[in-house]
Amino acid sequence: MDYFDRFAIPHPSPVIYASMVAIGITVLAIIAGLTYFKKWGYLWREWLTTVDHKRIGIMYLISALLMLFRGGVDAIMLRAQLSVPENKLLDAQHYNEIFSTHGVVMILFMAMPFIIALMNFVVPLQIGARDVAFPRLNALSFWLFFMGAMLFNISFVVGGSPDAGWTSYFPLAGNEFSESVGTNYYMIAIQIAGIGTLMTGINFMTTILRMRAPGMTLMKMPMFTWSSLITNLIIVFAFPVLTVTLAMGTMDRLFGTNFFTTDNGGMDMLWANLFWVWGHPEVYILILPAFGIYSEVISTFARRNLYGYKSMVASMVAISFLSFLVWAHHFFTMGQGALTNSIFSITTMAIAVPTGVKIFNWLLTLWKGKIVITTPMLYSLLFIPLFTLGGVTGVMLGMSAADYQYHNTMFLVAHFHMVIIPGVIFAMLAGLTYYWPKMFGFMLNERIGKWAAWLIAIGTLVAFMPMFFSGLDGQARRMYTYSESTGFGIYNMISFIGALVLAVGFVLIVYNIYYSTRYASRDISSDPWDARSLEWATHTPVPEYNFAILPQVNSTEALWDAKKKGHVLFKGEYEKIHMPNNSGVPFIMGCIFFAWGFSFVFGMWIPLILTTIGIFACMALRSFEKDHGRYISVEEIEETETKLRGAN
Amino acid sequence: MKIDNSLPLEYSTEENRLKVLGFWIFLGAEIMLFATLFATYFTLFDRTAGGPTGAEIFEITPVLIETILLLTSSFTIGLGIHAMRLGNKKAMLSFFAITLLLGAGFLGFEIFEFVTYVHEGAGLQTSAFTSILLTTLGTHGAHVTLGLFWGLFIILQVKKRGLTPETANKSFIFSLYWHFLDVVWIFIFSFIYLKGMM
Ligand code: HEM
Ligand SMILES: [Cu+2]
Repeated sequence: MDYFDRFAIPHPSPVIYASMVAIGITVLAIIAGLTYFKKWGYLWREWLTTVDHKRIGIMYLISALLMLFRGGVDAIMLRAQLSVPENKLLDAQHYNEIFSTHGVVMILFMAMPFIIALMNFVVPLQIGARDVAFPRLNALSFWLFFMGAMLFNISFVVGGSPDAGWTSYFPLAGNEFSESVGTNYYMIAIQIAGIGTLMTGINFMTTILRMRAPGMTLMKMPMFTWSSLITNLIIVFAFPVLTVTLAMGTMDRLFGTNFFTTDNGGMDMLWANLFWVWGHPEVYILILPAFGIYSEVISTFARRNLYGYKSMVASMVAISFLSFLVWAHHFFTMGQGALTNSIFSITTMAIAVPTGVKIFNWLLTLWKGKIVITTPMLYSLLFIPLFTLGGVTGVMLGMSAADYQYHNTMFLVAHFHMVIIPGVIFAMLAGLTYYWPKMFGFMLNERIGKWAAWLIAIGTLVAFMPMFFSGLDGQARRMYTYSESTGFGIYNMISFIGALVLAVGFVLIVYNIYYSTRYASRDISSDPWDARSLEWATHTPVPEYNFAILPQVNSTEALWDAKKKGHVLFKGEYEKIHMPNNSGVPFIMGCIFFAWGFSFVFGMWIPLILTTIGIFACMALRSFEKDHGRYISVEEIEETETKLRGAN
Repeated sequence: MKIDNSLPLEYSTEENRLKVLGFWIFLGAEIMLFATLFATYFTLFDRTAGGPTGAEIFEITPVLIETILLLTSSFTIGLGIHAMRLGNKKAMLSFFAITLLLGAGFLGFEIFEFVTYVHEGAGLQTSAFTSILLTTLGTHGAHVTLGLFWGLFIILQVKKRGLTPETANKSFIFSLYWHFLDVVWIFIFSFIYLKGMM
């Protein structure tokens, strides 16, 4: 075999060649554009080397939106293939690759960075801090995530995509049944991004535990910060499991070990167990920050404080604990016996209880509120009924005996889309719209935003409700086609139409961004929604030091009290402010990690060793480096503050 | 940078306090990492597929030597930190150097052990048991190796820059790491070696 054959894609098709050309052209266009407008220096100074949590948040956001479209195109292709029986649009192999990448991209490279984007932007502001605990580490987290995502995304044009599902069960994911390098990409790209996420977890836990504004005790933290704290706790305990699992999967594929093999003592079910020991907490990593966003949005636009603050916190703590005790519900049918199944059934149903508590708290917040229907609020109001559909079907799946009927049918697919889209995606879109003015200094258009929200909600229902029925009728998931006589055709056609409606909704959001960038007024206040917590107490745009004077807090709703009860937030004089220096090392390390991952995927050992040395060299460099940050002087602060005050 | 002199040097600045807490959280993640390896080990340890079992390949002598070396090094680094708190740079550096030497000795024996295993037909690919055995030991060994370099860098920095809040903080965090590796080793010793030999 010629050396370069390994980089060829195993199942070429005109679509893939077209994408290659498109990728090439885009890259060239970006390079040409940057050169033409002389923006290389700006890009490097202001973005690639930044350690500012706000900018890192925005970079996460951009990546998440890009990945949303990559995953969305996958989704449309899947639904198009299934829309009519015996369709020949995609062959079986291609279909396998697309549902695998769709799942990984959406969960790990879209939902995760979206959440981390909001956490990055909001949490330090919400707790009245000037940055995260370890700004440089934060930049490294981002670049590892980003390079992992890029590595995963090039798989379909270099060497072939993973094709064993986003769960990548062995033995299917072993060398015998997944011959291409696709699954290597899966193992290594997720590994790199996962290490980034783990570091985010450590960073944010430290930040939230140690850097809150004076007076902000744990039980006075805003709800989004609470949800972030719990989420990061779950990250810290769940992601190492993923790290080990992926490492063992990599070794099975590349070094011939026998963890998950079917001979030499290997145990394929071990992968399923380990994967879900991480995987189930992961779904709560996704949903808890979403719950946090809903709590903020609902109390802002119901114009009252959140009902049941303590029970909100308690239910999140309960969820974080229970989320580690339910993993076996993902394979009730794989023969672990009635007792085990019963235990996991009970824990699974138990986790629905704290979730229910939260739903009732939001409803009771709305009950006596003066509701203002803005776009973020619209998403939150749509979330409650739609998510309940997903949650209730989750409990159905959680009954192990009944799960023999539902497992691995479209019913399951409908369940998790009905929790993830109304739960996580609506929250992210609500959060995006809500925090947009703080990020960019203008509001998104409300009319277009509401249109998009309705289209997305209707699209979700039209796309996923039919799957509950076709699933109960016996349509299995991950099948690339079906025969006319099954009668599934009509359900799948409706789903396809729903998917198109969803797509239109997302395109409308992009249009809204374009439209508002051009036409929206730049003359907005620093608190345009009349909100309640500290992130709205500083200027828009937020100065790099966030707060000229650190705020004093004595309730859960510090800004609201400042506005309504005469609480004084900012006391004292300006003092010089200590800030971290920018650094190019995280970006460079990210690039080396990319090369490392690429070498690993293709088993190119010499580059692998060289890049490994490179990574350690960066770490050694960091150890010896003296970097004491810099100070922003009082005069400089005064100047910035006057300018910003004038702007509002 | 505000320095609080009522606290030990390694805690004296806010940045230092953040780093110590962050490192504790990191150790929490490390516990999960090793817990996953142990869980896998217990699942797979009797799946030897006709290859050697633990009882056949484990030998008490090198393992005991390794244990003694590592436990002693944990003690000496404790002395090192004690010396650091007293402000005795020379004693501290000597204890750190001894620690690293003991660590290197540990690593030497571990490498020797690995070579013996492979000679006896217990390679990485032999069976599920050998795969997880070598991976668990190897992960610990890799941590020790990393620690040797890290510790060396810290010695060089303390030597050059003296005991500052920064270097003291690094040394203290390194000692946490080193103690942690010792704790992991105690689990390996009890649950992999002793249990395997019985
Ligand atoms: C009310 C609480 C919930 C319960 C009781 C529940 C229960 C279940 C059960 C039993 C399964 C496995 C079914 C099977 O394979 O046959 C499952 C799958 C799944 N759930 Fe949930 N769930 C709940 C909430 C959530 C939430 C909030 C999310 C995400 C944000 C989520 C995401 C998923 C995913 C991604 C899968 C399956 C993935 C796959 O197999 O590819 N679930 N759920
Ligand atoms: Cu689950």
